[in-house]
Amino acid sequence: MKIILGVAGAVGLLLTIVPSILVAAGQLEWQTHAHLMTAGMIVWFVAATWHSGLSKKT
Amino acid sequence: MESTSISQKLDALYEFDREPVHQQHLHGVGNFLGVYAGEHIAGTEYVIGPLFVAHGVTASDFFLGLLIGNTLAVLSWAFVTAPIAVRTRLTLYWHLRKIAGPKLTALYSIVNAVMFCFLAGSMISVSATAIGLPLNMTMPTLTDMFPNSIEWVVVVLLVGAAVTALAILGFEKIAKFSSIASPWMILVFIAGAIAVLPSLGVQSLGDFWKAANEKIWTGVPFEGQTKFSFWHVMFFAWFCNLAMHIGMADMSLLRYARKWQHGFASATGMFLGHFVAWISSSILCAAAAGNVAPGPIAYMGAGIAGAVSVVIAGWTTANPTLYRAGLAFQVATPDWKRWKVTLVAGAVTTIAAVFPALMMKLLDFVAFYGLLLMPMGAVIVADYWLLPKLGLKSEYAASRSLGLSWPVLVAWLGTLIVAFTLPYEIFFIALPGWFIAVFLFIVLSAIQQRKNQSVAEGRIS
Repeated sequence: MKIILGVAGAVGLLLTIVPSILVAAGQLEWQTHAHLMTAGMIVWFVAATWHSGLSKKT
Repeated sequence: MESTSISQKLDALYEFDREPVHQQHLHGVGNFLGVYAGEHIAGTEYVIGPLFVAHGVTASDFFLGLLIGNTLAVLSWAFVTAPIAVRTRLTLYWHLRKIAGPKLTALYSIVNAVMFCFLAGSMISVSATAIGLPLNMTMPTLTDMFPNSIEWVVVVLLVGAAVTALAILGFEKIAKFSSIASPWMILVFIAGAIAVLPSLGVQSLGDFWKAANEKIWTGVPFEGQTKFSFWHVMFFAWFCNLAMHIGMADMSLLRYARKWQHGFASATGMFLGHFVAWISSSILCAAAAGNVAPGPIAYMGAGIAGAVSVVIAGWTTANPTLYRAGLAFQVATPDWKRWKVTLVAGAVTTIAAVFPALMMKLLDFVAFYGLLLMPMGAVIVADYWLLPKLGLKSEYAASRSLGLSWPVLVAWLGTLIVAFTLPYEIFFIALPGWFIAVFLFIVLSAIQQRKNQSVAEGRIS
């Protein structure tokens, strides 16, 4: 479970940073980047909070 | 009598960390890398970058000033704070108490608490600019000293009430949440800045320096703002955490370090928070055509995630600051419960936050805050390293059971009086101030100790 949450957290962070690079490269619309960042934020906080809870128990 | 009661209460409050840290509770460098990164990616980073842009810093002055200033800050933590912290293993409070005496340490704690309230107030203002976005609130501008709309007042009061309630209810949970948020937060800063680069004419990496000079750090101050140079940037970057490193407040943190070299871990905070985040927020400000309100500029770069990051950055840093202020204020209200003291500290903080001047004059306030507390750090350094070499006794107040050390009091107040009469801007007076504090403390300690020695010898003969 911890590995899955670790991967999910990494995906959340990638969704936060990668879209902006694509916007700068002219490959992505700003609005799509903003939506992807919101998704990344949700994924990161769910995964990191859950992971932190598991770490506390073990 | 009153001050004795206050100092006794203060002792009781910090009772749990009266003893030096035990060997088994020491931490490795990884812990400090994380703590420093988390502490220095705060809501205020969204304000500081734009304020440098507003003060007309040039790109080369900005980058060079940040590189040198942040390096000096890291060196200050490593070579000034950490060596004494790992040797004494005490908090600033308990160590200073031995040098300054309990009464003077209580006074220092209260001054510190008031400063904490204003600092937390600026963070509440930062959060309010993001909360006000969906309400189409009129944002405060650079020259606003007083609230510019009723909406601003209402939003700040609501944010202040929420932050105060959370500080009362669950400080530890917020601290945990803050550590979870920090890796994401720095990425939001970077992503927001990258996403707006095309609007500044940056189509490739090669375009960046041209845009930096012509559109971001143009060297031309906004109307009504003073011009900042390399020296302003360097000294601000070095001294914006003056109270923590040269002021020695981070003894309380670094006393847990296995080695003094862990002081270098502060580099994560300086080079992520005070370098990358300040550069990012400057870029966002330039892309927003000079708007300095954190909420709108973060939203413009990163959408909802940007606005949320402003709220979280302000909230997670305002909370521990408010908690510490409450803790320090408790000495003045010995019979009050912690929740009641935190409530009063929260009310003071929220009222301060209503005035946008606190946020818009953040550079000056931070410099003032550091300067006010710095002399005590100079006293600690002089007491630990210099007094024994000069044949004088360290921790004299403790050895003579003095309630108040007059050499420390005069060194503190005297330094501030002399420093404020120097014909320099506030950013530049802390450095000469440090030497003044050391000089005054050594000379006055020599007078005090020799006088007491003569009296003692007179009694024996």
